[in-house]
Amino acid sequence: MAYVAVKGGGQALRGTGGALEYLRTCKGESSLDSDAIRHQLRLLHSRVISEGGIFHPELASLAIKQFHGDTLEAAFALRAYRSTVPRLVETPLMDTSKMRITRRISAAFKDIPKGQMLGATNDYQLRLMRMDMLDESPEAFKAVAKKWLCNTREVDIPDTFPKVLDELRKQGLLPAEAASHNLEKPFDITRQPLVFPVPRSAALATMARAEQGSLLAMAYSNMRGYGDVHPTVAELRVGYVPVMLPHLITGELTEIGEIEITECEVVAMYEDTEDAQQQNSKAMFTLGYGACFGHNEVKAISMAILDRALQKGMKDGPSNPSEDPEFVLLHIDGVDSMGFCSHYKMPHYVTFQSDMDRLRTTQNKQNEAAE
Amino acid sequence: MSQYNFGFLDEFAKKEIRRCTIKAVAIPGYQVPYSSREMPMGRGFGTGGLQLTLSLIGENDTLKVIDQGSDDSVNAINLRDFIEMTCPGINTTTSTDKADIIQSRHRIPEKELKEEQLIVLQVPYPDPLVIVEPSEEKRKQMHGEGDYSRLLVKLYEDLIKYKEITISHRYPTRINDGYVIDPSPIPRWDVPKMHQSKALILLGAGREKKIYAVPPYTDAKPLAFDDVPFRVEDFCDKRGKRRACSKCGSVSSFLDEFVDSTNGKTVYQCSDSDYCAEYCAAQSKQPFEESIDG
Amino acid sequence: MDKVLEVKNLSKVYGKGCADCFGLTGPQADTNICPSCGSVVAAHDVSFDLYKGEILGIMGESGSGKSTSVKCLFFDEEPTSGSAVFYDDGKQYNLFTLNAAQQRQLSSRRFGMVYQNPYLGLNFDISAGGNIAERLLMSSISHFGAIRERASSLLQRAEVPTARIDALPKTFSGGMQQRVQIAKALSTYPPLLFLDEVTTGLDLSVQAAILDLIMEIQQEIETAMIVVTHDLGVIRLLAGRTLVMKYGRVIESGLTDQVLEDPQHAYTQRLVASAL
Repeated sequence: MAYVAVKGGGQALRGTGGALEYLRTCKGESSLDSDAIRHQLRLLHSRVISEGGIFHPELASLAIKQFHGDTLEAAFALRAYRSTVPRLVETPLMDTSKMRITRRISAAFKDIPKGQMLGATNDYQLRLMRMDMLDESPEAFKAVAKKWLCNTREVDIPDTFPKVLDELRKQGLLPAEAASHNLEKPFDITRQPLVFPVPRSAALATMARAEQGSLLAMAYSNMRGYGDVHPTVAELRVGYVPVMLPHLITGELTEIGEIEITECEVVAMYEDTEDAQQQNSKAMFTLGYGACFGHNEVKAISMAILDRALQKGMKDGPSNPSEDPEFVLLHIDGVDSMGFCSHYKMPHYVTFQSDMDRLRTTQNKQNEAAE
Repeated sequence: MSQYNFGFLDEFAKKEIRRCTIKAVAIPGYQVPYSSREMPMGRGFGTGGLQLTLSLIGENDTLKVIDQGSDDSVNAINLRDFIEMTCPGINTTTSTDKADIIQSRHRIPEKELKEEQLIVLQVPYPDPLVIVEPSEEKRKQMHGEGDYSRLLVKLYEDLIKYKEITISHRYPTRINDGYVIDPSPIPRWDVPKMHQSKALILLGAGREKKIYAVPPYTDAKPLAFDDVPFRVEDFCDKRGKRRACSKCGSVSSFLDEFVDSTNGKTVYQCSDSDYCAEYCAAQSKQPFEESIDG
Repeated sequence: MDKVLEVKNLSKVYGKGCADCFGLTGPQADTNICPSCGSVVAAHDVSFDLYKGEILGIMGESGSGKSTSVKCLFFDEEPTSGSAVFYDDGKQYNLFTLNAAQQRQLSSRRFGMVYQNPYLGLNFDISAGGNIAERLLMSSISHFGAIRERASSLLQRAEVPTARIDALPKTFSGGMQQRVQIAKALSTYPPLLFLDEVTTGLDLSVQAAILDLIMEIQQEIETAMIVVTHDLGVIRLLAGRTLVMKYGRVIESGLTDQVLEDPQHAYTQRLVASAL
């Protein structure tokens, strides 16, 4: 009977694992290696690391392989892994001006200190299929990188850059950095639940781990008109930030490694607020900030725009969904949203039985009334 | 699998969940926020219940896991396998009687639970006010002020529109004459079992990051009007006769209904598989189908 | 006479506020915006008493602070300073020191509010009867039949056809929506009722009927009322005593007849003259 078939039991359950493994291995010569995933599927890898919220390139590669390239599932596996590892130390705040830059642009100024650096970007690549890549020989593959390195002089690549925002601050177009920023302990979303209203640091942390598509959709609604942020990208930078920890013996801050991040600062038009009418306050640009693990430009920009929108919503009350902290922050987590969506596949016999009971009773009452 | 801590979660996380559980028991029906960890199964698959179970279970405890009343549904098996794997030394059972901890989705067992038992319910929506107010911040204030009038108006509007309260499951229930809870998607049939329950009832919402409780011997009253009482599901046929389970013949359990694919007839069976098996055994009848597979 | 409400020195400032706010605003300064800090002094130093069964009128143009004062008393706004004591059934409540839950208790059971905009006073997603039921359910009445009966008789009293009890307010005319609001506000027989420009924007004949209704109710259940309006006619008809407000200050007060017949303040004189 149909019913008993759904009571599949353990055997059916184990069968699904076998079928998955078959699909993974049924074609091709050998298993994907971690390096190939990390480097050739670089942006996929970045996305998973950022949504997984733990900077572990090797496990991110494994997760992509294990979950057949599903970003939601792969990020999820990283998160679940993180649940099992204790936190040993906390790093001090990272100084992103120390970033070893691979790409950095500003849409605000033609000329920025040390110049624009396009780096590796698809932005100006024609989206034409490169048929030659369909059949790439190992020799040709290796030769590409080698040739590129030969033709590029190391001295041409600057190391660190000053921040564009510092220039705007100097000119009095942006408010000075609040001294309190560096003193307040950031909200830890992995240790505390979000109970609204939440501080900005909680919003930033939630967005940094957010699912890219969800974040983009929310930010896009704001850009299109369900919001009034007209942002200018003051600076978008991709690169490697040193991670510092106190030395075990001397206590001195020591670099223990570096992580790749994308960082974006958007500047939005100033507002004619109540404060601005007051004599000793000046109209200023407002600022939105975005940052995430890996190379994820769309995510960092979306986050910066939403940060700006949420700050407005927190101050004046939200006038559209993207300014509502609860609406944005509770609906952008991939693990939460994907899990809940998937759970609808589970049996709901009992609740559906109750639903049928209510509908039948209501129909009976309506029939009685009609008679 | 020794690579994981006992109970999968690290001890700090377990401690936090236990602290929140104590708070939940101390304030019956209050939704205690906690920093729900990501578990290796989907949000919505019982991660809230799972975290409660994992932080409360110890060696030599006996665990029963059910989904839709059945120990053998895939989700129940999946959860039980995982708990067994990460909690070496525990026992598992399908018997309601023998379990110390019962983790369940959508049902409370038919058999009355005992003082020394504990039931953990998996919760998708912890807040009953969500049907009238989407904002969590506002809902928190409504709970704080004991303002459930909009929920009651929903019942009023149902009655004028349909002459019936249309809430089928997740029936809003007032605990200890204070907070109103979402009792998880149990059918209305199971709500009265919460009232003055001998066993502690814990409810965990992983995705929504809340824990709440109905302590033992506490009032749990479904919202209703004085003159329009709360009613459980009706399992009578058109002539008013109570339907019986086609396997065990019981006429006092919650029934699942489905269509027999061979003859097209509607069949009714106990939703609680352990209850059904026991009822069969009591009448020394062989269960119609062996429901537990190795 | 029994005192129902005693308001003392009620002030409401929107914005940061500064030491000069009160000195640099008001009728003499011809503004309610503080030139020093830009804050809006919506109401300042408003004091009055209200007695059982009395109707007090608060008159002024928009921005005079009349609505703000009432919103503070109904807890829709938080006052900047001042006090208000509500006397009810032998008890006293210091309104602005109560916590949110206590305030809600009072506003949902002992106060009634009728807004100019019915969207503020009614839930448009539920039926007219449901709107009344909501208020009754807040005050712990839990008998469906009793709620139905009470809603029906209240609607009847407010001259809403009882056949429309289950219809949604959006299907009602503006005048009818105000009647439902009044029925809802009165459902708990509150000793204190606030009416904020309730007839503004309605046809003259509808206005007259609503004003009649308010007067009848006042005589029937001796509810004390505060009527906020810019309409001299409404004041003349309803209010026994009247406060005149301008730029957040009370500039004149007294028996309505006296204020209207012999206005002391130049502003009131102009108002009265223009209405003739």
